[in-house]
Amino acid sequence: MEQTTKDHSALAQQFNRDEDRVDWHDETLWWIREKRDKAAHQLPEWESLREAASQIKNNTLSNLHDYLLQFEQNAIANGLQVHWAADAAEHNQIVHRIINEANVVRIVKSKSMLTEECGLNEYLAKRGIEVIDSDLGERIVQLAAEPPSHIVLPCIHKKKEEIGELFHQHLGIEANISDPQFLTETARQHLREIFLTRKLALTGVNFAIAETGEFVVCTNEGNADMGAHLAEVHIASMGIEKIIPERAHLGVFLRLLTRSATGQPITTYSSHFKRPREGKKIHIIIVDNGRTVQLGRKDFRNSLKCIRCAACMNTCPVYRRSGGHSYHTAVAGPIGSILAPNLDMKKYADLPFASTLCGSCSNVCPVKIDIHEQLYKWRQVLVKNGYTPTAKKAGMQLMTWTLSSPGRYHMAGKAGRWVLKNAPFAVNNKLNPWYRQRDMPEAPELSFSEWYKQNKKN
Amino acid sequence: MSSRDSILKAVKENQPEKAGLPDISVFKTSTQGSLSKFAAALNAVGGKIAYVSDYGEILHMIKAQYGDHAKVISPMKELAMLCTENFDLSTPVHSLHDVDVAILKGQFGVAENGAVWITDKEMVNRALPFITQHLVAIIDWEMIVPTMHDSYELISRTRYGFGTFIAGPSKTADIEQSLVIGAHGPRSMTVYVMG
Repeated sequence: MEQTTKDHSALAQQFNRDEDRVDWHDETLWWIREKRDKAAHQLPEWESLREAASQIKNNTLSNLHDYLLQFEQNAIANGLQVHWAADAAEHNQIVHRIINEANVVRIVKSKSMLTEECGLNEYLAKRGIEVIDSDLGERIVQLAAEPPSHIVLPCIHKKKEEIGELFHQHLGIEANISDPQFLTETARQHLREIFLTRKLALTGVNFAIAETGEFVVCTNEGNADMGAHLAEVHIASMGIEKIIPERAHLGVFLRLLTRSATGQPITTYSSHFKRPREGKKIHIIIVDNGRTVQLGRKDFRNSLKCIRCAACMNTCPVYRRSGGHSYHTAVAGPIGSILAPNLDMKKYADLPFASTLCGSCSNVCPVKIDIHEQLYKWRQVLVKNGYTPTAKKAGMQLMTWTLSSPGRYHMAGKAGRWVLKNAPFAVNNKLNPWYRQRDMPEAPELSFSEWYKQNKKN
Repeated sequence: MSSRDSILKAVKENQPEKAGLPDISVFKTSTQGSLSKFAAALNAVGGKIAYVSDYGEILHMIKAQYGDHAKVISPMKELAMLCTENFDLSTPVHSLHDVDVAILKGQFGVAENGAVWITDKEMVNRALPFITQHLVAIIDWEMIVPTMHDSYELISRTRYGFGTFIAGPSKTADIEQSLVIGAHGPRSMTVYVMG
């Protein structure tokens, strides 16, 4: 996938060029947010469930060492092969080794944001291994040579006409077809062939249960199951934070996950993999890749409670209007903006600023992560460590200088009003980023304090 | 130090102070689930429901719905006469690619979301409920639990190598959020409630 050096606001500006598309994107995600509300409001115990989920995850993080060991022990007893990867590179090497051992060069994969984070597809492509993504949205962005823009709805940024064009180019359908039913059927036939011919399947993991050593994968399409059950070898990749203590806890998480994600009461398939079927292999790769560092950051460790429902993205006024690609990281949106700086503060210094701090994300989070507070805290860490852009820093310093003196503040107000009134061209131009999507206000005759002084006399 | 040991060491050093587990038994209901709620939830996720009193009725309905030429597979001995091909543990998985209808026993249904819990014991071949064009699940009328919490209470008393909740036919809304039934798995799911 394309490496980018542009920051969130530059990338958002690209997305904003097509106003109709932005409106569509905004409204569609808000519609999903509304479906989430409807589903949540049907359960009187919703808030108690969120609280329980949050506490289970707090307990998990506080006892993660023992739960990981317990999971490993039980998974091995169940006949699973357990691998540990310190970082993305090691994860990719382990996958490659298993592929070589299975003596295959083509694999099928269901949705796994972890493999996106690790850059697995590119890594394997360079080594002559073909990876086909089998989730419909992921297959579409794969054909377009783009990364997913949303963790639950990978091609939410694409219009059906563009998808028709991609299928015309790559899957041989006639030009100018945009009927979702027809396009989905085309993908069904194409991917059925893939499922039936691939001997190795890779899936993600939604939950891994310490108590029983099993793991759960949730999909609506059935693609994870089609891949895994038709293959000889199944690799499941998971971050260390996917652990939950007991199987009964799934009752809490599966009730919350899909209602928060799409407003469905549950995904079509919630598959529990405990033992491999006879003669077949299941490998599970447990990945750190910066998670233990995040676990040690007191202010940010809560981000590891995330169950990847994407409710925070669907509700975010910035995400809805800037698109997932503007976050230039595997997990976009508010949660991605607190996860990414942990991996690379310099590269992702822009993301905690891509928020209005309105708090809507924290309000919908099913595991009660204080997302907007963490965004605010990251800003302070990034400024202290010198990762903020020079222009923003200079602007902030100028503002501090102005706001710290009443005299300077009054002067600045006067100057501003004078400019807006007498020389509007000085601010109504492309050099002023505020002007790009907005009209500048008309300047009042007087500041409030001038008005107050005058009226007090009367 | 191996990656395993270094990860575990880092986790131990960085994990926060011990926090307790909440009491989730408060969510259990211990009443029987409502069949009408189950039916409504199943319909909402795109599934269909039918009420039957015995296997004879099922035989009749399957014939009527799918005709004489459909490839029908079921591991249930009560439905052996419906099956167009032999099917057991030794059946190669890829030979299932053209199954039209698979009929499986489900252990129980969940009223809050229309899901049916099926394990490898009932599937015999794990690929069967996914690869088939149409899925039929049969559950006993008294085997409906209200919520997922009650489900895991039942599941805790069983053993399985693979088990799955299936809620309706496979679906996707990845193209402009238009719901399309029949993504990679079954194009329909019908639950026969027996009793």
